[in-house]
Amino acid sequence: MTPAPAEQFALRLHKVSKAFGGVQALNQVDFEVRAGEVHCLAGENGCGKSTLIKVVTGVHQPEQAGLIELFGEAVDRITPVQARQRGVSVIWQDLALFPHMSVAENIAFDDLVGLRPQSVRYREMVERSGEVLSRLGVTMDLAAPLNDLPIAQRQVVAIARALMNDARLIFMDEPTASLTQSETDRLLDIVRKLSAAGVAIVFVSHRLAEVLDIAERVTVVRDGNLVGVYPTEGMTQARLGELMTGHLIEHEVVARDLPDADVVFEAKGLSRQGEFADVSFDIRAGEVLGLTGLIGAGRTELAHVMMGLRPADTGEMRLEGASYRPGSIRDAIKRGLAYVSEDRLSLGLLQKQSIADNTVISILQKLTTATGLISDRDKAATVNHWIRELGVKIGSPEDAISTLSGGNQQKVVLAKWLATEPRLLILDSPTVGVDVGARAGIFRIVRTLAEEGLAILLISDEVTEVMYHSDRILHMADGRIRQTYDPRDITVPQLEERIYA
Amino acid sequence: MTALLSRMSRIKTGPHGENLGLLAMLGLLVLLFSLASPRFLTGANLGSMGFQMPLLGLLTLAMLAPILSGGLNLAIVFTANICGLTLAWTIMQFGGAEAGIGAFILGCALALLVGALAGAAMGAVVAYVGAHPILVSLAMMIFLRGLGEFLTRGGDISGFPDYMRVLGHGSLIGIPVPLILFGLIALGWHVLLRRTPHGFSVYMTGSNMRAAEYAGLNAKRTLVLIYMLSGVLCAIAGILMAARFNSVRVGHGEAMLLITVLACFLGGIDPFGGHGRVAPVIIALVILQVLSSGLNLIGANQHLATAVWGLFLIAVMVLRSGRLRRLIDVFSGKDK
Repeated sequence: MTPAPAEQFALRLHKVSKAFGGVQALNQVDFEVRAGEVHCLAGENGCGKSTLIKVVTGVHQPEQAGLIELFGEAVDRITPVQARQRGVSVIWQDLALFPHMSVAENIAFDDLVGLRPQSVRYREMVERSGEVLSRLGVTMDLAAPLNDLPIAQRQVVAIARALMNDARLIFMDEPTASLTQSETDRLLDIVRKLSAAGVAIVFVSHRLAEVLDIAERVTVVRDGNLVGVYPTEGMTQARLGELMTGHLIEHEVVARDLPDADVVFEAKGLSRQGEFADVSFDIRAGEVLGLTGLIGAGRTELAHVMMGLRPADTGEMRLEGASYRPGSIRDAIKRGLAYVSEDRLSLGLLQKQSIADNTVISILQKLTTATGLISDRDKAATVNHWIRELGVKIGSPEDAISTLSGGNQQKVVLAKWLATEPRLLILDSPTVGVDVGARAGIFRIVRTLAEEGLAILLISDEVTEVMYHSDRILHMADGRIRQTYDPRDITVPQLEERIYA
Repeated sequence: MTALLSRMSRIKTGPHGENLGLLAMLGLLVLLFSLASPRFLTGANLGSMGFQMPLLGLLTLAMLAPILSGGLNLAIVFTANICGLTLAWTIMQFGGAEAGIGAFILGCALALLVGALAGAAMGAVVAYVGAHPILVSLAMMIFLRGLGEFLTRGGDISGFPDYMRVLGHGSLIGIPVPLILFGLIALGWHVLLRRTPHGFSVYMTGSNMRAAEYAGLNAKRTLVLIYMLSGVLCAIAGILMAARFNSVRVGHGEAMLLITVLACFLGGIDPFGGHGRVAPVIIALVILQVLSSGLNLIGANQHLATAVWGLFLIAVMVLRSGRLRRLIDVFSGKDK
C-alpha cells in the first residue's frame, strides 16, 4: 500500500467560508486531518458537512481568504479532477457506481476513461482490481455485475475504486446507513486497515456509537460554525449529541408497567415459512413495545404479516379481542393498524408529491363528501392541523415532500398515519436518515401518543433506541422471539451482548 | 421581448405560471397569424378550428390519464376505430341510412362498452401482470388493428343516417356541437382527476405505485379503472369520427396518435407520471390547432405544419429547462 506520507497533515483548512445566496453554509471553519487518521466529521443535517467536503474536493470554490492545504501543499482553486489526482476521494452515500458494469470495471473505471483513445486491457484491469481487493482482505467475483451485490459489498467496491486512484484521504458519507451490524463491523475493520496503511479517513455518520468506536478525533460543526475538535477517548454519545444539537439529549429509561391496560393486539404461534416461526406476543393500549434483533431476524417480515402485506402460514392474530386476519394493507388500515415503513424514500412517502397530498393519502374517504368530490377545505384543515400538532417545519403544504429534511419527512409520515386514527402504530426503524436532534423530537411524539393510549410496536436495530423509548423489549433472532426484557432490569451493553452474541 | 421570453420560460414554475406561459404563446401566435392573414380571425376559420380540434382533443385526454398514472396508451386510435366499427355495424344491422335513433343509441352504448373492455383489459394486464404499459398497449393496438382490418377487409363502412351529421357538423347557438361535447368531457376529466379520490389515486400511483399501495390506496384497481376510462374516451372519439367523416375505416386518424403525446408534453405533463393538469393540455391543443390552421391559411403545405409542431415542442422543452432563464438573466444584466 502507499507508504505513510512524510507530511503530518493530510488536510488543513484555515478559516474557510462559503455562502450560497444569503445562507452562510460555512463560516470561518478550521478543519485538520492527520495523515493516516480516522477522523469523524459530526453535525446535524444541513450543518455544513457536505459543503465542507465539496470545498475540499473542488466542487465548490471557497470564498477569498480561506486557506486549504492538502498533504502539506497549499492549494488554490482546485478542480474535482485535480483533487482526485492529489489523492482525495469521496464515497458519497449513493456510492456513484455503475450498476450494470462489473465489479472490475467499477473499480478500474477512472483508468478506463482516460482521454487518450486506447483499447481496454481486460486482463490487466481484472488483475489490478483483484489486487486492490486483496489489499482490503476481501474476495469477490470480479465479473459479477454490481447490481447483483448487496449494498455492503458495493461499499467495498467504492473503497477499492478510491484506492485504485491512490487515494490518501478518503471521505465516507454515511457509509453504514444501510448496513447490518455485522456488515458494519466488517466495514469498520477495513477502515482500520486503511488507516494503518497510512490512508486518512474522514467518516461522516449519524450513528454516534460507531463514530466513537472508529474515530480517533471528532470535529463537530453546527450551523456552518466550528464547535470544536475533540478526542473520542472519554467522549460519550450523550455529550456528542449535545455538542451537535446545542442542547442536552436526555437518555433515560422511561419504561412503566401497564397492568390494567387492555390488550390491543395479540399474536399466537404466528409462523411464515422461511421468515419467522412460532411468534407470540401482545401489546397493550398505551404501551411502547420494542422489537430488536439483527437485520434479517424477521422483524420487518413480521410487521408485513401484521399489515396484511403477506399472509401468515399458521398461527392467529387478535385485535381488541376479535379475530384479525387482514387480506390486504387496506384491511389492516381499516381495522386500525398503521405502518411507518423502514424505507421512507421509496415506500413511506411519495417523494415527488406535495406535503399536503402525502399527509392525506390514507384518509381520502374521510375527506370525500356526498358529491364524491374531495373537500379542499377539509383537506387543508387536516394538513394544517397535523403540521401544527407535530411541529413539522415547512414552507408551503404544496411543496414537494422531498424538499424537507429527513426528520420533517418522518413527521409527515407520522401525520399521515395518525390521521387514520389508528389503535396500533408499527414504527419500523423510524429514525433511519434522521439526525440526532430530530430523533429526539420524533420520540417525544411517540411518548405522547403512548400516553394518550396508542399501542406502539417500535422496531429498531439500534439497541439504545428500544432501550430508552420502550416499556418492554422483545429480542428476535433467526425468526423467533428469544426473550422479553424490561428496560429497567438490563443495561445497554448487556442487551447488546445478547443480541450480537 | 425578454420579458415575454422569461415569462414563457417560467412555464414550469406552477399551475398558474404554466397556463400563463402557454397563453402568452397562444396570444403571440394569434397575433402573428391575424397580421399575416386577414382571414384568420374570421368566424369561418374559428368555426372550422372548432370542428377540427375536438377529435384530437378527445384522443389527447384519453392519452393524458394513462400518462399521469405512469403509463401510456398507444392503442387509442385503433380503440376509437374498433368502437366506430361497433357503432357502424349496429347501424347497418338496423338498415344503414334508414336506421332509427334507437339503433344509434344502442350502437353508441355498444361502442362505449367495447372501448371500456379494451381499456380495462390493458389496465388489468398492466396492473396485475406488471407488464410495461408501452408493450401492453402496443400489443393491444396491433391486435385491434388486425382485428379491424380482418373484419372490414381493409375497406370502409359508410352510409349513416342523416341525424348523425348533427353530432359531427351541427352547431348550437353558433358553437360547434363537437366543441361543446369536448368542453363538457374536458371539464368532467378535470374534475375526475383533480377532485375525486380516484383521480388522486391516479396521480399517486403514477408517482410511485408501491408507495401508493403502502399508503393503503388500491393502485391496481386504479390502473384498471383509468385505462378503462381512457378506452371509454376513445369510444366517444370513435363515435365522433364516424359522425364527422360519415364513414368508418380502420386506420382513420392514425397520424393523431403521436400528436396526442406531443400535446400532453406541451401541456406540461410529466412523462414519468404523477404530475400534470388538464387545463394546460387544452391550451396546448389550441396552440397546435392555431399553428396548423394559421399555416394553412397563409398557404403553407399541411406537411410543413406537422414539421412546425415538432420544432415547436423542441422549442418549448428548451424554454422550460432552467438554462434559458439563466441566459436571459445574464443578457438582461440581472446576473452578477
